[in-house]
Amino acid sequence: MSTTTVIAEQAGWRGILRLAFRNRSFVIGFVITAVIAAMALISFVWTPYDITNLVVADRMKGLSAAHPFGTDHFGRDILSMIMIGARNSIAVAVVAVALGIGIGVPLGCWAAARGGWVDEMLMRFNDVVFAFPALLSAVMITAIFGPAAINAIIAIGIFNIPVFARVARAGALSLWPREYILAARAAGKGKAQITIEHILPNIASILLVQGTIQFAIGILAEAGLSYLGLGAQPPMPSWGRMLFDAQTRMMVAPHLAIFPGLAIVVTVLGLNLLGDGLRDVLDPKLRRER
Amino acid sequence: MTAFLAKRIGIGLITLIVASVVVFSVLEVLPGDPALLMLGMNATPEALASMREQMGLNAPLIVRYLNWVGGMAVGDFGRSFTYSSPVIDLIAERAVVSLPLAVISLILSTAIAIPVGIFAAARRGKVGDTVSMGVAQVGVAVPNFWFALLLIYVFAVWLRLVPAGGFSGWGGGIWSGVKSLMLPAIALALPQAAILARVTRSAMLEVLGEDYIRTARAKGMPRRYVLWRHALRNAMIPVLTIMGMQFAVLLAGTIIIENVFYLPGLGRLVFQAITQRDLIVVEGVVMLLVASVVVINLVVDVLYAVVDPRLRVR
Repeated sequence: MSTTTVIAEQAGWRGILRLAFRNRSFVIGFVITAVIAAMALISFVWTPYDITNLVVADRMKGLSAAHPFGTDHFGRDILSMIMIGARNSIAVAVVAVALGIGIGVPLGCWAAARGGWVDEMLMRFNDVVFAFPALLSAVMITAIFGPAAINAIIAIGIFNIPVFARVARAGALSLWPREYILAARAAGKGKAQITIEHILPNIASILLVQGTIQFAIGILAEAGLSYLGLGAQPPMPSWGRMLFDAQTRMMVAPHLAIFPGLAIVVTVLGLNLLGDGLRDVLDPKLRRER
Repeated sequence: MTAFLAKRIGIGLITLIVASVVVFSVLEVLPGDPALLMLGMNATPEALASMREQMGLNAPLIVRYLNWVGGMAVGDFGRSFTYSSPVIDLIAERAVVSLPLAVISLILSTAIAIPVGIFAAARRGKVGDTVSMGVAQVGVAVPNFWFALLLIYVFAVWLRLVPAGGFSGWGGGIWSGVKSLMLPAIALALPQAAILARVTRSAMLEVLGEDYIRTARAKGMPRRYVLWRHALRNAMIPVLTIMGMQFAVLLAGTIIIENVFYLPGLGRLVFQAITQRDLIVVEGVVMLLVASVVVINLVVDVLYAVVDPRLRVR
């Protein structure tokens, strides 16, 4: 943890980026993530087919030049569905991560700066949240507030809060005894100001690594909730929902289950590689061991 | 050691109490009147009122909370309105599916992950390491329910070796029961095995860099012996942590996997109870799962202290 922050202090962000692009995991992860993000963005202006247009005559067609991933039970083009589904997955995961950072990081920083009972309360709060199997609570939350993408975001985001609080707290705790923080305190700066000016910039790198990991977990969780019918609702395509629809038709059309699943695997793999690469670059101790 | 145990048990109890308050208050704000849901839209106001009385919905919140918690403490989880049977019976009936499923998955994932992790660490940087960790990297990214669908397609639809879903029960002998749990257990286990293998590898690498390992090798101890006796024991701590955390993931994973395979387990019970607004069942099963997570974490913490006496002072 502390080595990470030291590197960030010394090399600066430009230096880190230069190192990152020499790291194989990072480059592969970066390319995959960029392709998926581009796919989602392009889907706003163009998809191979209009998915609101149901062509019953073309239902459950296999792979062809016209439909590279085949068509579904309504005759919709699966490639187009996956492109639009990427929007949903990314949106849910991004907002859930933002929720975790937005609430968790201030909490963690506060606990580290204040110590004492605040710190103890935060750790006990973390214990309670971690005692709930995340998926179980997500199912409960979405079932209570009704199945919708927005509730899936809340359900996934809540579990990101203690994760980021914990990471921010650990990072901040390692920084507080440093000389330059002491100097800042001697200069009369308050704890809040020190946190904003000195702590946050130096824990940004570990938060970034955790962010990519939680992003990947969010994509998986969203897919699971949509598969159970608790995420995005039809007609909005989502990868998990596509897999649910595929299950009963798998005997006649296995391709229905293959491509949405591959989309999830590739996206999560890309994000995990990106996170691994970043961590390798930011933490030289791990880099040597790998 | 006693102080350590007392502190850990105390924290566990506090966690459980806070969790019970959270579960109770979250589920009590649920929109919809359970009595109305039970009786249907055409119920007369009198019938509704007597149903509410019978369900104990008229008592103050705090009384209902204390009744609920007090009941659970003595094994009375209340009565399900949709199944019209005690919740504890429902749980017992479903646990014989979910518990073996979670245990088989945990055994499978451990049996695969630990040898693979050790193998990769011992061959760091060589082909075996790169290939096995590449597979693990992909395995971490595979959603278990998608993997389940692929397994169903290959083994049930295509090869017809096992049923595609459902549970035959334990009445027809252990083998027929295990057979219907085989695919779900593999689907749950493999993504977990991938995570565990990665953790085992990095824990082993960390330990293998220590001085006492070099000393043991320098003394002329065989490599294999050092690996299994000296390194593995010390690498077990992070591995145990992840295994403890994974049991919670496996239990929650049963919600989704039991739905894929139509298994009548706890996960499917809680999922159906939520959609039917059968609150008392949801509350009971959720608390049971939370309690098992707390107990497992406690056991893991105590195991650490047994494995590594230095941790007892904390």
